[in-house]
Amino acid sequence: MNLRKYLKVYKKFLHTSLASELEYKTNMLVDLITAILSLIGSIFLLSIFFQNNGYIGGWKFEQALIIQGIYTILNGITNTWFNPNLTEIVKHIREGTLDFVLLKPIDSQFFISLKKINPSGFLEIMLGFFLLFFCIRINQINLSLSFLTLSLITISCSICILYSLWFFISTTTIWFVKTWNAIEVLRSFLYIGRFPLNSFSFSLRIIFSIFIPLAFITTIPSEVFLGLSQSWKILLEVIVASVFLITSRKFWLFALKFYSSASS
Amino acid sequence: MVQNIIDVRNLSKSFDISSKEPGLKGTIKHFFRRQTKSLKVIKDISFEIKEGEIVGFLGANGAGKTTILKMLCGLIYPSEGSILVSGYLPFRRKENFLKNITLIMGQKQQLIWDLPPIESFYLNASIYDLDKFEAKKRIKKLSEMLEIDKELFIPVRKLSLGQRMKSELLAALIHEPNILFLDEPTLGLDINAQRNLRKFLQKYNNETNATICLTSHYMKDITSLCKRVICVHEGEISYDGKLDLLLKKLSPVKEILIVCRSEEDANKLENSGFTVENKIKNEITIKIKNNSITSSLKTILNNFDIEDLFINEPPIDEVIGKILTKKEYDI
Repeated sequence: MNLRKYLKVYKKFLHTSLASELEYKTNMLVDLITAILSLIGSIFLLSIFFQNNGYIGGWKFEQALIIQGIYTILNGITNTWFNPNLTEIVKHIREGTLDFVLLKPIDSQFFISLKKINPSGFLEIMLGFFLLFFCIRINQINLSLSFLTLSLITISCSICILYSLWFFISTTTIWFVKTWNAIEVLRSFLYIGRFPLNSFSFSLRIIFSIFIPLAFITTIPSEVFLGLSQSWKILLEVIVASVFLITSRKFWLFALKFYSSASS
Repeated sequence: MVQNIIDVRNLSKSFDISSKEPGLKGTIKHFFRRQTKSLKVIKDISFEIKEGEIVGFLGANGAGKTTILKMLCGLIYPSEGSILVSGYLPFRRKENFLKNITLIMGQKQQLIWDLPPIESFYLNASIYDLDKFEAKKRIKKLSEMLEIDKELFIPVRKLSLGQRMKSELLAALIHEPNILFLDEPTLGLDINAQRNLRKFLQKYNNETNATICLTSHYMKDITSLCKRVICVHEGEISYDGKLDLLLKKLSPVKEILIVCRSEEDANKLENSGFTVENKIKNEITIKIKNNSITSSLKTILNNFDIEDLFINEPPIDEVIGKILTKKEYDI
C-alpha cells in the first residue's frame, strides 16, 4: 500500500467534505447546537439516575461521568466519520454507485469508510475530552504514562469494535439491500453503553459482553480511567478489537464477490 | 498487426432473481418464503475487440448489454467462461488494470453534488496518483476539448444535464485510460449535447487510439461512432460484424421520390412496373433494390420527363428496431 498516496487522498477527502459542509452554514450551526444540547441532556439524565442513593452498579456519579465522556467521544467519532460514510454504503449499493468506487485504483473499504466527514462531530469529540479531563480532576486520577497509554489503547479498541460492527451490518446490504433498521438498533445499543455494565442484570451483561460487545466499547476504557481494570480485560479488548477488524475486512472482500450492481 | 485488447470466451452469467405474486397474500408469502430462481442472463458468448476499435453493443432493454459491460470492467464476476481485458482478469481489479480503464454511465454520477466539478477532478487525480501540475494540464486539455472550461468552478447542482455529463466524462478520463466502457452516455441529453459528446469521443479515439465499448439506445451514437456492432438478444450474440453490412442486409431497398414535369408523366411512371409506395399529383415515391439503383435510375431518366429526384435511406431507428427483436442474422 502506497501510504503517501493514501495520505494525499485523505487530505482531499477532508478538503472536499469540509467544503461541502460549509456550503450549508445553517445546517452546520444547528448540528453544533444539537451536539451541545445532547451532552447537557445526557448529563442531566445521569444525574437523575444517581439522585436517590448516589450509586448505580457500584459506580458513583463522578465515576459514571467517565463513561459519559467516553461515550461522547465515541458518539462524536460516529457522527464525524461512521454516520456520513457507513450509512452511504446502503445508498451506494441500492443505487449502484458503488461501481465508481470499485473501479478506482484505491482500497474500496478505505474509500467508503473515510470519504466524508461531518465537522460538527468534532465538537462532540472535544466536549468528550473536556468531560474526561474534568473527571480526571474530580476523581483525582493520577496522570501517568502507563495510564495515558492504556487509555489510548482501550479507546482505540472501542473505536475499532464500533466501526467493525457498523461496517459489518452495512456490508450485509449487498445481500439484503436495505439495512437501515439494523444500524438504528446498533446506535440504540451504543446509547445503552452510557451506563456502567454492572447496572444491568446478569443476563443482559452476558449479552452486552458477548453478542454486542458494549462492555468493551465503554466500560473497560472507563475502568482503566479509574484504575479498576485488570490486565486480562485490556488484553481481551485488544484481541476482540483485532478479531472484529480483521473479520469485517474479510467479510467485505467476501461480500464483494456477490455484488451484482444495480440495474441501469 | 493490431492486437486484441479484449478477449471473451464462452462467457455466461446467472443471477438469482426473486419473484412475487400480486396482492397482500403474495406480499406475506414473499416475506416469509421468498422464491428465487436462477436466471441465465448471458449465455455462452465469445468475441474479441481490437485495440483502438469502437464497438457498439445493441439490444433491447434487458438483453444483457450492461451486464456484459460490467463483467468486462470487473464489476461483476462471470459465472462461467473467461475474460481477458488488456491482459488482466477484470474481476481481480488489479491496480494497473483499473488505471487503464474507465466506466461512464449516463444515469449515474460520481461528481460531488455540492461542489464545482474541479474539486472532483482533483480528488480523482489524487486517487490516480497524478501530481498537481500533471492534473492541471490534463484538466485544461480535456476541458478545452469538451468546451466546459467556464463551468469548472460552478457547483455541480447548478449545471445543466449536458454540462454535468461532460464533467462526468472529464472526471472519468483524467487518468487517460485506454479502454472506455460507456453505458448510454448520451441518455437524456439534447441533440446538440449528444452531437458534441459524439464529436469528443471520436476525437479522443483518434488522438489516443483508445478502445471504446458503447451501449446506447440513440442510434445516431452507434451509427456515427461504431463501425462494428455486437447485437445482443436475450443474453446471446445475434450478430457481430460491420454495421454497414448489417444495415444493407436489413434494408435492401431505397425510397426514391420523383417529381415529374406533369401528372401525365407520373401516371405513365406508375404503370411502368416499379414498386410504387405513394403518389400525389406529379410526385411519386417508388422503392428500388439497392443492387439495381443505378440501372433503374438510368431507365427513369431516359424515358420520363423528370423535374427533380430524391433518394432516401430508410429511417435507421426502424432498421435497428428489427435487430432488437431477432435472434440471429446470417450475413
